[in-house]
Amino acid sequence: MDSVIEFASALCLLTGSFFCLSGGIGIIRFPDFYTRMHAVGVTDTLGAGMILVGLMLLRPESLVLIKLIMILLMTLFISPTASHALAKAALRSGCAPLLYRKDKE
Amino acid sequence: MKDLFAVVMLSGIYGLLSASFFVTMDAVDVAITEAAVGAGIATLLMLVAVTMTGRYEQTASHRPVWVLVVVLVTGGLLLYGTLDMPYFGSVDAPAHLHVAPRYINDSMQEIGVSNIVTSVLASYRGFDTLGEVVVIFAAGIGVLALLSVARRPDEDAEIDSINVSMHEKYLILRVVAKILIPFILLFALYVQFHGDYGPGGGFQAGVIFAAAIILYSMLFGMSTARRVINQPLIQLLSAIGVLIYGSVGLISLLNGGNFLDYNLLSGDPVAGQHIGILLVELGIGCTVTSVMLIIYFNFAGRTEDYMRNGRKGA
Repeated sequence: MDSVIEFASALCLLTGSFFCLSGGIGIIRFPDFYTRMHAVGVTDTLGAGMILVGLMLLRPESLVLIKLIMILLMTLFISPTASHALAKAALRSGCAPLLYRKDKE
Repeated sequence: MKDLFAVVMLSGIYGLLSASFFVTMDAVDVAITEAAVGAGIATLLMLVAVTMTGRYEQTASHRPVWVLVVVLVTGGLLLYGTLDMPYFGSVDAPAHLHVAPRYINDSMQEIGVSNIVTSVLASYRGFDTLGEVVVIFAAGIGVLALLSVARRPDEDAEIDSINVSMHEKYLILRVVAKILIPFILLFALYVQFHGDYGPGGGFQAGVIFAAAIILYSMLFGMSTARRVINQPLIQLLSAIGVLIYGSVGLISLLNGGNFLDYNLLSGDPVAGQHIGILLVELGIGCTVTSVMLIIYFNFAGRTEDYMRNGRKGA
């Protein structure tokens, strides 16, 4: 039973890191501010959440669990709001979304 | 780099990176202070300053060659002066042979507080911390003296109309902020009182407190915020913080000991230390919160005046 929980926790941690990494790749490779914000906003929240769940599985019985649950709740609230605030500020200050790109052929 | 907005953002990133350096060096108190102040409040206040001055740096009309020479010479002399100092972290430096072992060995039985950083900051080096608090207070007074504008109190109907017009635009942010601000304030109280047992203390708590109120005033309008947060009370609070700190020292003097000697605050010296640290951290928290709020409200209030009346005046 213990090794199953440890295996699940390791899986969560690895998945979370993979999501955060793919968000980072998205920032570099996507063409426009809004697509980049979309990549980071979704994957950072999910990645951080999965890392926290993986950490929670390692210590299911102590005060640390409650603190990690609070951090998870805060992250789920704050991270999408921050992305929303950034995108709204960009739209308000005139950064226009890239709607099409002329083909190069 | 001429874009001041980008410069401010880069300095915020630098603040966050140095906070993570401090975490890897196991200095968690310093890390939380650096993250709150350097990456949070400082970036915010510099952004407010950039909105007042203009986003792009004017090209300089002369090239300051002599200034560069003076700076290089002074910097070179300073670097030459540090060559005599022991290497960073070397085992036989005086700081590691005399000062640090004394604090680490004796802190628990003399002061009884498990966070040695707090015991050094608030008790062993309490006088230096008094100097820090007075410096913060002086900064607040400086901002008040230079930037404070006498304003007529806003009409209630005008405040409500601004509030309603902002509601549609900022709906999501307002709802989330209404949910989060009580928790931010609660967390600030937690950090304030847990400085004895974990990372925390007055400075960090003051900054987090001020950040919550600044968030409220950014989303609900300056005039609503001024109605909620009484400006003369904030100015009074900053002075009260320094007063609490100084009074603790004075009470020790009146009880027959040195200035800021907490052993004399109660019958049992360890209990006296606890009382002293608690009161001193309270004073620090009060002053830091109110000075951050004074600076923000004066900077942002001036910007708001520009937008309402046009750019007249200095």
